[in-house]
Amino acid sequence: MEIFQLFIAAIFVNNIVLAQYLGNCPYLGCSKEKSVALGMGGAVIFVIVVSTLCTWLMQRYVLAPYGLGYLQTIVFIVVIASLVQFVEMFLKKMVPPLYAALGIFLPLITTNCAVMGLAILVQREEYDLMTSLLYGLASGMGFTLALLLMAGIRERLDTCRLPKALAGTPIALIMAGLMSLAFMGFKGMAQ
Amino acid sequence: MSVMHEFTKGLWQDLPPFRLVLGLCPTLAVTSSANNGLGMGAAVIFVLVLSNMLISMVRGIIPKKVRIACFIVIAASLVVAVELLMQAYAYPLYQQLGIFVPLIVVNCIILARAEAFAAKNGVAASVADGLGIGLGFTLSLTFLGSLREILGNGTWFGMPVMWEGFEPFRIMVQAPGAFICLGLILAGMNVINVWQARRKGLREPDPVGCSGCGCCSLDKKD
Repeated sequence: MEIFQLFIAAIFVNNIVLAQYLGNCPYLGCSKEKSVALGMGGAVIFVIVVSTLCTWLMQRYVLAPYGLGYLQTIVFIVVIASLVQFVEMFLKKMVPPLYAALGIFLPLITTNCAVMGLAILVQREEYDLMTSLLYGLASGMGFTLALLLMAGIRERLDTCRLPKALAGTPIALIMAGLMSLAFMGFKGMAQ
Repeated sequence: MSVMHEFTKGLWQDLPPFRLVLGLCPTLAVTSSANNGLGMGAAVIFVLVLSNMLISMVRGIIPKKVRIACFIVIAASLVVAVELLMQAYAYPLYQQLGIFVPLIVVNCIILARAEAFAAKNGVAASVADGLGIGLGFTLSLTFLGSLREILGNGTWFGMPVMWEGFEPFRIMVQAPGAFICLGLILAGMNVINVWQARRKGLREPDPVGCSGCGCCSLDKKD
């Protein structure tokens, strides 16, 4: 039950983009078409789960026992950057269809603060490994949901006659604000 | 002269994040008060100036293929330094900013300036560029923070500034207010850009957007 609550909370209540302000660059940059949004969302879910696993193990078995907690930032970013490279090479060689779908999005993910942010967040919340992975998965799904909704709206916006000053990024941000307002309605569903 | 130009361009011509749209996550997240915006800006100035300086010093030594990784490691070391300094001297601020202090390392401002400027220019120009862009970022964040704090809380840097009986728009200090404020500011920037270009008789500029950051295509230029 608690796990289910955590899941709902991470997708809707504490949505990683709309409530925690993480991953805004891809949220604005990759939300022009639904297919692109789906690819990016898939890549983010995949990388978040794998990187949460790696950074959690790193923190637990390397940083914490040797009292190197202050190196967390530098170790995490290096782990994530090399992980993304490694995943890219692995997929290219072993799972070409998946690489064809996600490949072009993978390099963008190194500088996506959602991945790094989540790795740090689960450490600050002191979740155990299983909870961390589920939280990562749910947050990735929340990101994908927000991205897909945004892409759907922006595809329609293309056919609207907007004031010139608002077209593009400004209207996307305002839409994100309204969406975030709507998502605030989920508050109280779960903590 | 040119060093002066590198410094001043960050204050208006390339003002982040309003004209050069990058580093949106901290911009949105920490600007619920003017004080937080200023603190975040100061941390970014520190990291940006030093990372620009170091990167422009070692730019001849770094092999082209692994330069992004090198930039990230340099930025990460500086961020760790900032974290420790803040824990020692500004602990309440450190707690307010939360995970966005370590996240400076993935802030595209740092990487974009490293790639677009420091890797190609000398030390003095790079420091001036970092200082200008960092200062511009700080001013923008403080401006956005002031706007949200005044409207959403009726205070500015913690001091009450609105009239008696003012009912604050609570929404402004929460997530929706951040998105909507930034959206409206960017729209305002578009209007100013067009007006300026017309007055000087120039071609109408492209609307501001995140395409100017170039972080998304960093790895493809290898």
